[in-house]
Amino acid sequence: MTATMSVRGLRVDRAGRDVIRGVDLDVAPGEVCVLMGESGAGKTTILRVVAALEPFSAGVVSVGAATLRPGPVPPQSRLGPLRAKVGMVFQTHALFEHLSAEANVTLAPIHVHKWPADRASARAAELLELLGVAHRAHALPRELSGGEAQRVAIARALATDPAVLLMDEPTASLDSARREALAVTVRSLAGARRGVLIATHDAEFARACADRVVRLEHGVIVNGSASA
Amino acid sequence: MDGAWLLVAAWAAALAPVSASARQSSTAALAPVSASARQSSTAARASALASARQSSAAAPPVLRWGGDAEGGAPFVEADPRDPTTMRGFDVEIAEMIARGLGRTPRFVQVAWAQIEASVERGDFDIGLSGVEDRPELRGRHSATIPYYEFRELLAVRPADSARFRSLGDLAGRRVGTLGSTLAYRLLLAEQARSGLVPVSYDDDVHPYADLVAGRLDAVLLDDIISQRSLRRLGGFIIQPVPVATSYYVGVLARADSALRDSVDRILLDRMRDGSLERTFRRWNVWSETQRAHIARMLAAPGAAPPEPRATGPATLGAYLPALLRAALITLAISCLAMALAVVLGVAIAAGRVYGGPVTRTVLMWYVEVMRGTPVLLQLFVIYYGLSAFVRLPAFAAAVVGLGLNYAAYEAEIYRGALQAVPRSQLEAARTLGLAEWQILRFVRGPLAFRFALAPMTNDFVALLKDSSLVSVITVVELTKQTAIYATNVGSWAVPGLLCAIVYLAMSLPLARMARGLERRWHAP
Repeated sequence: MTATMSVRGLRVDRAGRDVIRGVDLDVAPGEVCVLMGESGAGKTTILRVVAALEPFSAGVVSVGAATLRPGPVPPQSRLGPLRAKVGMVFQTHALFEHLSAEANVTLAPIHVHKWPADRASARAAELLELLGVAHRAHALPRELSGGEAQRVAIARALATDPAVLLMDEPTASLDSARREALAVTVRSLAGARRGVLIATHDAEFARACADRVVRLEHGVIVNGSASA
Repeated sequence: MDGAWLLVAAWAAALAPVSASARQSSTAALAPVSASARQSSTAARASALASARQSSAAAPPVLRWGGDAEGGAPFVEADPRDPTTMRGFDVEIAEMIARGLGRTPRFVQVAWAQIEASVERGDFDIGLSGVEDRPELRGRHSATIPYYEFRELLAVRPADSARFRSLGDLAGRRVGTLGSTLAYRLLLAEQARSGLVPVSYDDDVHPYADLVAGRLDAVLLDDIISQRSLRRLGGFIIQPVPVATSYYVGVLARADSALRDSVDRILLDRMRDGSLERTFRRWNVWSETQRAHIARMLAAPGAAPPEPRATGPATLGAYLPALLRAALITLAISCLAMALAVVLGVAIAAGRVYGGPVTRTVLMWYVEVMRGTPVLLQLFVIYYGLSAFVRLPAFAAAVVGLGLNYAAYEAEIYRGALQAVPRSQLEAARTLGLAEWQILRFVRGPLAFRFALAPMTNDFVALLKDSSLVSVITVVELTKQTAIYATNVGSWAVPGLLCAIVYLAMSLPLARMARGLERRWHAP
């Protein structure tokens, strides 16, 4: 199967120290791939490189037709194709504090993809409903619980239907009941055209939702294959 | 009886410290030199006092006299050969008075408009610096006999000499003068009558410069200042028919009437022996007008001083509309300047955060120069310095000057606020595909605004108060209007309180609104 996302020979160095040392990794459409490892293993770094938030020193990252090469992160103006295909949910949710849940979700559809406001609102309502937080559409982020904020953050990342959804430590602020519910949600998000890549050190959550678990230690994949 | 009094007085004077307070100096004022019958007993007292002092104190007592050296020659100016000493006809008159009192003159610098308030609080014994006679002054203080008669003269551009001959010809026209003077009160009265527009200046040089430059249609000031400016600057003519006539007097504290009487006698003596005439001739301000004035004074030395024309309102009710109008001007200047400062500040901050090295360096220097130099200087440069290229109206210059200055402070606040927005918020916006300008517009800017709100409110309140500086470029705002009011009523108590209340009434609602917004936003 053709990979939605492909990483080949990825190396990342920080202050002269290699933090990722030759990682190959594919995520196929419909697949939930979980990157496991201790803190500092390099899980989040891989997600941030794929989301074009961090530079890398060697290798190639491809998402559909969009490709990232080694060197500094390209300017935002040249990252349009990649941004359209990659959605990311941050560990801290990073919802925009001054905007309501609905406005967080509609921001990119309206201002990046130039959707009419009513279409963006309809899409936001649909996603918030799907994720079970429709009743919180007008709440500000500080008024949401940790679980609600995370669901809104997922809705925001899915608003423009990306091919890859990246999730960084999604269970960090959830109790066990909410972790199980999130696992079910994540499974439902990986559709025919979308792959999901999750960085976590939560083995139970990984078992509950992963199609494939890739273990990372000191910047190297130590078990699991690069692709499904 | 008289002998006993003399002994007591001599004893008291011998015990008095040499550095006399204002009250002590009025006691020591019982020491004139005079030949008249009424003055002979005083002369006896004076000699008793003088001998008592000579036996007890090495240095003669001091006569502190207040004047404003900024007024310049021929009144009072720093001697170019020795800037630590003063010269001018008022300096020489102070020396005559001190000599007559057996004292040593000591000059005390004071802003011209504050001479009356300062003498009343005891900063010096007598104020002499072209102090204009008027009924309110005589009502509130002890004023000497008029020692010089001056005429208020209208200066106009040569092309206007035929059409602007009197104030009545200047309906709707801008006429400049020094604030807090008789001329300013004459202009205010004419404003009520014909709609003439009075323009108040803090100095007597710029009114004439603005007249020549076309910013004013006329200037009304006394003949000494008019002639001096004509010699220095030229480019205008002085209409020969005076608008009004008044007098220069010395002003003393209300309680110092005894010293005032002594000073009056000395002035009459100096009029009589020609010393005053020689002084005026030396300073080129002697004329037949003065000869006639001195003759009148000597013919009837006990007569009541000539009444200058009383002009201008003096009650709170009469001043209230002017104060409220000035408050509106303060508010308008502050709001417009703040709007300009915010817009420019945002642009500068964005340039410093997002711009290239050249942009960042240029903007950094703008901020450093505007913050590092006095706003007063910037106002002068914008209004007067650039007038050869851009002739801004005073109000616009005030808004631009304050706006450009405060933009530097706002820029630093916004730059700090932009940098305080958490990186995760910016990264989330980037992953959504927003362009950098969209991130600034929809995410970073609004979040930064929440951080900047408290210091911005602080700055606006500061700007409200700094707007008082624009009076140096002829805008009469709240503080200036209050100063005019205070000078006319002779006290800062009521005008000062009223002014403070109006400033608070403007700033408190703003602070309250800002606190409300902060609560609503829960700024972290």
